[in-house]
Amino acid sequence: MRLHIRHETRYRLDHPARRSVQYLRLTPRLDRCQQVLRWTITGPETIAPWTDGFGNRVHVASEGEAHDELLFTVDGEIETMDTCGILPLDDGLPPMMFLRDTPRTRADDAVIALAGEAAGSAEKPPVIAPGDEVPTLHRLMGLVADRVTYRAGHTDVGTTAAEVLQHGFGVCQDHAHLFIACSRALGIPARYVSGYLWSDHTEMASHAWAESWVKGLGWVSFDPANRQSATDAYVRLAVGFDYADACPVTGVRAGGGDEALDVSVTIAPLSGTQSGQQ
Amino acid sequence: MGSKRAFDEMHGSGKSIREPYSSYGAWLHSLDISELGRRHKAADVIFRRMGITFNVYGDEGGVERLIPFDVVPRILSASEWRTLERGVIQRVDALNAFLNDVYNDQDILKAGVVPADMVLTNAAFRPQMLGLRVPQDVYAHVSGIDIVRVDEDTFYVLEDNARTPSGVSYMLENRQTMMRLFPELFASNAIAPVEHYPELLLETLRSVAPRGVDDPCVVLLTPGQYNSAFFEHAFLAQQMGIELVEGQDLFVDGGKVYMRTTRGPRPVHVIYRRIDDDFLDPLAFHPDSMLGVPGLLAAYRLGNVTICNAIGGGVADDKAIYAYMPDIIRFYLGQEPILNNVPTWNLRRPDDCAYVLEHLPELVVKEVHGSGGYGMLVGPAATKAEIEAFRERIIAEPARFIAQPTLSLSTCPTYVDQGIAPRHVDLRPFVLSGRETRVVPGGLTRVAMREGSLVVNSSQGGGTKDTWVLDDTPRSAQGGRHARTRR
Repeated sequence: MRLHIRHETRYRLDHPARRSVQYLRLTPRLDRCQQVLRWTITGPETIAPWTDGFGNRVHVASEGEAHDELLFTVDGEIETMDTCGILPLDDGLPPMMFLRDTPRTRADDAVIALAGEAAGSAEKPPVIAPGDEVPTLHRLMGLVADRVTYRAGHTDVGTTAAEVLQHGFGVCQDHAHLFIACSRALGIPARYVSGYLWSDHTEMASHAWAESWVKGLGWVSFDPANRQSATDAYVRLAVGFDYADACPVTGVRAGGGDEALDVSVTIAPLSGTQSGQQ
Repeated sequence: MGSKRAFDEMHGSGKSIREPYSSYGAWLHSLDISELGRRHKAADVIFRRMGITFNVYGDEGGVERLIPFDVVPRILSASEWRTLERGVIQRVDALNAFLNDVYNDQDILKAGVVPADMVLTNAAFRPQMLGLRVPQDVYAHVSGIDIVRVDEDTFYVLEDNARTPSGVSYMLENRQTMMRLFPELFASNAIAPVEHYPELLLETLRSVAPRGVDDPCVVLLTPGQYNSAFFEHAFLAQQMGIELVEGQDLFVDGGKVYMRTTRGPRPVHVIYRRIDDDFLDPLAFHPDSMLGVPGLLAAYRLGNVTICNAIGGGVADDKAIYAYMPDIIRFYLGQEPILNNVPTWNLRRPDDCAYVLEHLPELVVKEVHGSGGYGMLVGPAATKAEIEAFRERIIAEPARFIAQPTLSLSTCPTYVDQGIAPRHVDLRPFVLSGRETRVVPGGLTRVAMREGSLVVNSSQGGGTKDTWVLDDTPRSAQGGRHARTRR
């Protein structure tokens, strides 16, 4: 599918900041399931592209003059392919490292119990029957969606998987964190994916989901928020252990006081006729 | 525990004086002990005046404390040193090859020489480093290799410090103090100099500047004056003639690092950092840290700045990886290790763990990620209650610990309240790696000031000594070799 994406991120500051630096993970990864046709990022004074250790394409943007607004604009076109939710090849990142837990994905007893339920295992730690990895992960995706109702405003970017399970509410990144925590508790490497999702019936555009490494298959995607694996409606921006490694925009600044954040993302399929609408 | 039977640097296992101490021993014998006491007091005054202090975490008696300095030197013969020197250089070359490999091709993991999960799921393994080629393929630019001796011929490497080892300022100050207190000894003995360490360090740092930078700007990044080693940071920066900076003095713009100066921004090419990985860049590591430089990781991965030591070196000096060092040396260098490891039980292995739990009163147990002598159990010196408390911690998380036999560390004559008495010592040579790998003769000798104690860490009340390497090269040849000595 050919998609046109426009993504604006605007911070309005209470008073001028002296300096600010941001990392922007807003450029699609060089993965086999997608091909960038055109992509531009505009932002503050200086902006330099680099690649982080996960292979994410990052920009470092800095503003050295006093400023009371920061605006980043992404405009691009990308061709995506439906790979049945599977990225078959090792992308150079050793899968085993994604067994590591992080503060956001540490499994407590309840998380481990949820993982055990998916695996149909009462043992501690839970055990998966040989060859049952993929069905287990699909059951896990359903369980995570069942236990955590999609509701904005209940969690923030620091909320842990254990907290999400306890409270029962969250957004896509919380679903992803809980899924990742359970997958790792089952001994299956899992990682966080940040990106875009095109859909003609929801507002969801910036999105997050998870991938688990299944031997013999590769990275298999699971999007508990939508109870499905990734399709060609998904655009992959960044991967990491959790949100912190893959988040689209992270920054620090000197001064500026409180901020108001405005984000707008529009995604539209681009066919011969539709592209003419612009 | 066996302090009576321990090998003594001066007397060996008997009464007679060992060869390296023959000249010093005769001098000491001729000296009135009260004279040594007088010079000991003078040393105290010198150190206080120089302001050489060490901040001790968790010490309520004020943040700064003087590290006890002992006036009796630790002396190594030229041939002893040649072995140690070759051994630590071999070790550091292997450490660097290991780091270069695990962050790039991972051949050693594919070969199964080191268990992949031990590296890849280790918190000290930093994915931020994956696929990054660093100048000269060097990651550990400054390493401190802790060595202990148990008899005439046997030295063991106790641990490798490849992150931000400290203590080299004591090596330098101890030498200066000894030269002021005992000028006659330096006139009558050929003692290899150490004063050129700052010069070698600066050469090392300059040699790993980003490609294309001919005259690099090198800075020393400190967490600030409340850090336990702040004195050393200030001292080394001053000795090298480079800027001592804190995170707020640096900024990143356009993927490059600059230093704020009164004459405007100045590009920075090499950062000798003395802050931990977690605090280097709040956008990449600990988000709440104010110590680092936002954007630094981007500049680093773009190759615009070199960070010394590299990020992620902790995976090489991890105490669980330590057990594999002999194999790591063989794998990359195709050589047999010159220096031996202490036999080590890895508690992540159930058999090892069971053995250790049965023999706790005889063993030393350390945390895999611990340092500074914190969180360790010295079985023979521990109370029953301490051992039982430690047992609980091991059972809860065995993979966090390693265990080693209690070594009978060598002793060295040391000036104490009762006169001169043997105290246990270790040795930390400082190895510099850049275009080449070098080490100044000797290093820092740490001494456990308490009778019988085996814990030499300064945070645990350990002291230091000057370390002499006797030079057996003809005097005439020395001028050329050490002409660059900096005063």
